[in-house]
Amino acid sequence: MITFVLMVNRQGQTRLSRYFQPVELSRRAALEADVCSFVEYKDFKLVYRQYAALYIVVGVTDSENELSVYELVHNFVEVLDKYFSRVIMFNLDRVHIILDEMIQNGHVVETNKSRVLAPLTALDKMGE
Amino acid sequence: MSDVVEKTLTALPGLLSLDSQPGSNKLSSNSKLRNLIRGITELTSKHEEEKLIQRELTSIKEQVSSPNTSMRQMKELMVRAIYCEMLGYEASFSYIHAIKLAQQGTALEKRVGYLAVSLFLNESHELLLLLVNTVLKDLQSTNLIEVCMALTVVGQMFPKDMIPAILPLVEEKLNHPKEIIRRKAVLALYKFYLIAPNQVQHIHNKFRKALCDKDPGVMTASLHIYLQLIEENPEGYKDLTTSFVTILKQVVGGKLPMDFNYHSVPAPWLQIQLLRILCLLGKNDQSTSEIMYEVLDESLRRAEINHNITYAILFECVKCIYTIHPKSELLEKAAKCIGNFVLSPKINLKYLGLKALTYVVQQDPKLALQHQMTIIECLDHPDLIIKRETLELLFRITNAQNVTVIVDKMLEFLRINKDDYTTIDLVGKTMSTVFSVGGDTMQPDIPNSFLKLLSEGFDSVEEDRKLRLFAVDSYVSLLQGEPGKLPQRFLQVISWVLGEYSCLRADLEVDTVLRLLAKLLDMKTTSSETKSWVLMAMTKLCEGGAGVSVARGVSETYSSSLDTVLRQRAQELQHLSQDPELRARVLPRHTGLEPLEVDSSLSFLDGFVSEALAAGAAPYKPPHQRQEELAQAKSLSLEPYGLSLPLSMSSCSITDRQSPTLLSISSGLSGNSNDLSHKGGSSSLRLDGVKRVWGREGYLAQREPAEESAHVEVPSTLRSPSQQGRADGSHSQTPTHTPTPELEKQQLASSLFVGLGSHSSVCLMGKSEPTPQRFRRKARSPASSSGASENISHSLVSPPITVDTLVCNNLLDSHITSEPDVSPLEQTPPLSQGLAAANGSCDEELPDSDVKGSSPSLIGDDALVAADPAPHEEPPKDLLLSSYLPAELSGLSHSEITPLSSDQSLDLSACHVQKEGDLVLVVFIYNSSDSDIQQILLELDSEELEVSCECDGAVGGARGHSVAVCQYSLSVKRPSVHVELVGTVSYQFPVGTPQSGQFSYKLPLSSFIRPLTLSTEEYGTMWLDFSHDTKQNLTLISDDPEPLAASLSVLKNKLQLHVVEIIGMEGIVACRLLQDQPCLMHCRLHAGTLAVWLRSPVPDLPDCLMYFCQRALQEH
Repeated sequence: MITFVLMVNRQGQTRLSRYFQPVELSRRAALEADVCSFVEYKDFKLVYRQYAALYIVVGVTDSENELSVYELVHNFVEVLDKYFSRVIMFNLDRVHIILDEMIQNGHVVETNKSRVLAPLTALDKMGE
Repeated sequence: MSDVVEKTLTALPGLLSLDSQPGSNKLSSNSKLRNLIRGITELTSKHEEEKLIQRELTSIKEQVSSPNTSMRQMKELMVRAIYCEMLGYEASFSYIHAIKLAQQGTALEKRVGYLAVSLFLNESHELLLLLVNTVLKDLQSTNLIEVCMALTVVGQMFPKDMIPAILPLVEEKLNHPKEIIRRKAVLALYKFYLIAPNQVQHIHNKFRKALCDKDPGVMTASLHIYLQLIEENPEGYKDLTTSFVTILKQVVGGKLPMDFNYHSVPAPWLQIQLLRILCLLGKNDQSTSEIMYEVLDESLRRAEINHNITYAILFECVKCIYTIHPKSELLEKAAKCIGNFVLSPKINLKYLGLKALTYVVQQDPKLALQHQMTIIECLDHPDLIIKRETLELLFRITNAQNVTVIVDKMLEFLRINKDDYTTIDLVGKTMSTVFSVGGDTMQPDIPNSFLKLLSEGFDSVEEDRKLRLFAVDSYVSLLQGEPGKLPQRFLQVISWVLGEYSCLRADLEVDTVLRLLAKLLDMKTTSSETKSWVLMAMTKLCEGGAGVSVARGVSETYSSSLDTVLRQRAQELQHLSQDPELRARVLPRHTGLEPLEVDSSLSFLDGFVSEALAAGAAPYKPPHQRQEELAQAKSLSLEPYGLSLPLSMSSCSITDRQSPTLLSISSGLSGNSNDLSHKGGSSSLRLDGVKRVWGREGYLAQREPAEESAHVEVPSTLRSPSQQGRADGSHSQTPTHTPTPELEKQQLASSLFVGLGSHSSVCLMGKSEPTPQRFRRKARSPASSSGASENISHSLVSPPITVDTLVCNNLLDSHITSEPDVSPLEQTPPLSQGLAAANGSCDEELPDSDVKGSSPSLIGDDALVAADPAPHEEPPKDLLLSSYLPAELSGLSHSEITPLSSDQSLDLSACHVQKEGDLVLVVFIYNSSDSDIQQILLELDSEELEVSCECDGAVGGARGHSVAVCQYSLSVKRPSVHVELVGTVSYQFPVGTPQSGQFSYKLPLSSFIRPLTLSTEEYGTMWLDFSHDTKQNLTLISDDPEPLAASLSVLKNKLQLHVVEIIGMEGIVACRLLQDQPCLMHCRLHAGTLAVWLRSPVPDLPDCLMYFCQRALQEH
């Protein structure tokens, strides 16, 4: 099961965090502080993947299949890519909405790219 | 695919790391968030961040409560609040506004409102109740998107008590014409099931309908519910097995629409989910398992595409095959599959392979035997997580025979490990396992060092406390279970820990602990030695109050015990429990490790002694004098009195003829100290028992039997290498086994895997020819180096690769560790043929996979390497690196170039070069990234070595894809068979934070040995001056007419010794350790062996050199 997803830049600053299990606020910041070089940190098991200056870190339980999560991260990035094209954006909310479509309660609920993006694209159309 | 990725990679850094380019129109409201993010990125200290965020929060607070704030602005404020909370600053004032936004906003605003609620609140937060009405309204909305949003948030969190209010609405959505609504409704029901299973019991048949939904997405969603249901009650869902199998068959067969594919693998996560379900259904159920054999076989077969995701599926498949009722054909295939994983050079696959093995060995420990050499290699893997996983695996196969070696390995790991959590986890958890499995067979120093570790602790007080608490907690629960099954030694450890540390756990009543301990005393199986540990612990614990009554009862029982140690302890307990003042003085709390001063001269007894002497007592005689006198006395009167001694007759009758010492003890004891007589009687095998019985630690009395049994269990040939060094003697007696490094590994293997298979040790040693290893090395290196050279020349000579594709390759292939290669080249026929060939030849004999399993998969590897188009995935290999050797060193012999460490931008390798008066370490630093690194700093340190650098530690820069070289001159401070350097490399890209990494490099002491030329006279005078020496008989080279000369010349050639002179049966040899530490050697032919005597002014040098001499002669 997936316990959290983080997006961290090379300076170790968190760009996005989503927890699927309650973790106190104070503990979160500490956890995110120096996560990149560890694969096992405290009682968390981490799967991380780097894209240029960006690290995506996923916390999983011991019973999770790490490699499938590793690829899930890539799938997520491909979805982000499909949606955001080349325009530079700071859409924390939109990234969250995409993530919500893909992972719920720590489980992978959708990986089909067009289906993941359907609700968000619909929302964008409504807003126009 | 590649253009998708290219876009991703160009967009992502911008997305998250900020650029000043303006966004598109619809996003302009985000500019404030952008400012915030930019502000934070530019900060340099935590303090500044705090200030900035507090300012931000104040401004948000002001705006959200203003009545003029529009919903659009509110949405933007919420995103900023989310950002602040993400950084760890509470923004609780905004929670209520998030709910308001969800309620009043439209479209994206509403969605962000819901999002903020789900991020801010947890399931039990009372504000969540305010959301119910909004959800209810949205569920009934005619706007599909609003329905969708409401279902999404319900699937994430919803107050348990309010479920009935919306359940009918959600149920209704199961029949909605839109798949997305049906799918979200199923997920919402799943959430309900998780938080309140009773509420959805009546709709289980609707789940079935969802499972049969014509839309694959809805069906997939229902699997989450089924996985959960089946986990709880597999029996109830056996009838669905056929359905799941059919679905999996269709998915694997590619029947799903193309957009469910991920990198041309059909719905991989769905496959994984189905395999997990099948795994639960087929467990312990033959007939159900039979239904799934075919589809499992097909899954294994279909997964031929070389991509991570197929390996993820394979992993799940293998787990399933090993969990359900076994089918040998499938097991074989799965085992082969695991082989491919663990042998993979890709670290992620290796990790997964180890994880699979860890799982599988619990079903079939013999499988570990097939991969033992790989496991050994993984133990030495530079990556900590691989090591850690390997240890995890080893713990699963711990048994009485291999426990010592495994504990050794674990301690080794603990020494290098820096992470406190892992340490605690490993020490605590595994020591328990090891104690309970290994138990009484282990050597006494293991529990001892564990206790030492507990009491001395680590660097941080907090971590110590945690580990101790962990120990107390787990031991109390063990005692509450069935302590009768635990080994004695473990019980002793438990007693000690509880005695020392149970006060750390405030809510644990002393009384409870005392009662648990008292229960141990009452057990028949508890040995008297353990009992004395228990009594000690009780003495420490019984602080006033309730404890005293328990203590009194116990001490009364044992103060009349026949065992004097117990009697002593009971008396102590009795007195100390009644006299708190004395107790506080004798056993002060929280003294920690302050060293005790022991007055070994016992001067404080002087007054007592002189008084006693004055009163006519006999003066003290040391034990040996006493024994001599007694022995003399005995020689006169042995026969008549021998049999009438009140001791156990058998022990006397057995030993009296052979060992006067024992008798002298017992007869002496009958006179003045019957304390000892009991001990003597109970452990009649010990001849020099007196001192040992009175050793400071009570258990000393059992040391020898324990050691003996350990020796029996682990024959000398099976010892770990660390023991090998010391156990030279035993090796010279078994010269059949040549201790080459490979053999050492095999020996380690056999000691680790002993007791796993029925003929394990036999078949292991039968394979003492290290062919698999050698074959592997040879097979791999030419291919990879040629591959690498091709790549390098490609990137050096022909730069037509455009920047774009380089970036693409870089990000996809090399930056991401062990990313599957996605270029079309990969799928060319040679690769698949290679793999097919590998599979084909693998089929034949699995039990031998140590040899055969590894070689075919290497063919696969080579194919991979050769076909690999990524120019900088492989750092330059041996051949190429050696060309970077400085000119003045190039003619000299150098060791194999070994990799030290690597991260995404730097690969470090090193070798050492032997110069006549010097040993030079050459470190190669390969910058595998595209950017230049200005400054690289190398720091080397060693306990055994003096390191002097010709470049002051600063290597200077390394351009992208080039190699920098650094030289160090080494000399020995403290000899040891192998000396080790640890180092840190730190560097920084022009932009970015400083990076650093650690590595270590090990080299044999023999590299520091040089000939020492001197005359026989000089030799003579020096010989007498040297204080450290060692002697040993070594194997002689006997097939030569002149064995002495032949042996010496072998030593001369292999170890660079100088033969001073050979006179008849004797020879003298001299050498020096760099820089100028002499060591002299005297050899003599003696009874077919070479009697060697080494002398040196340097401690340990003779021992080390002896080790190398022995190896040199044996290897010959």
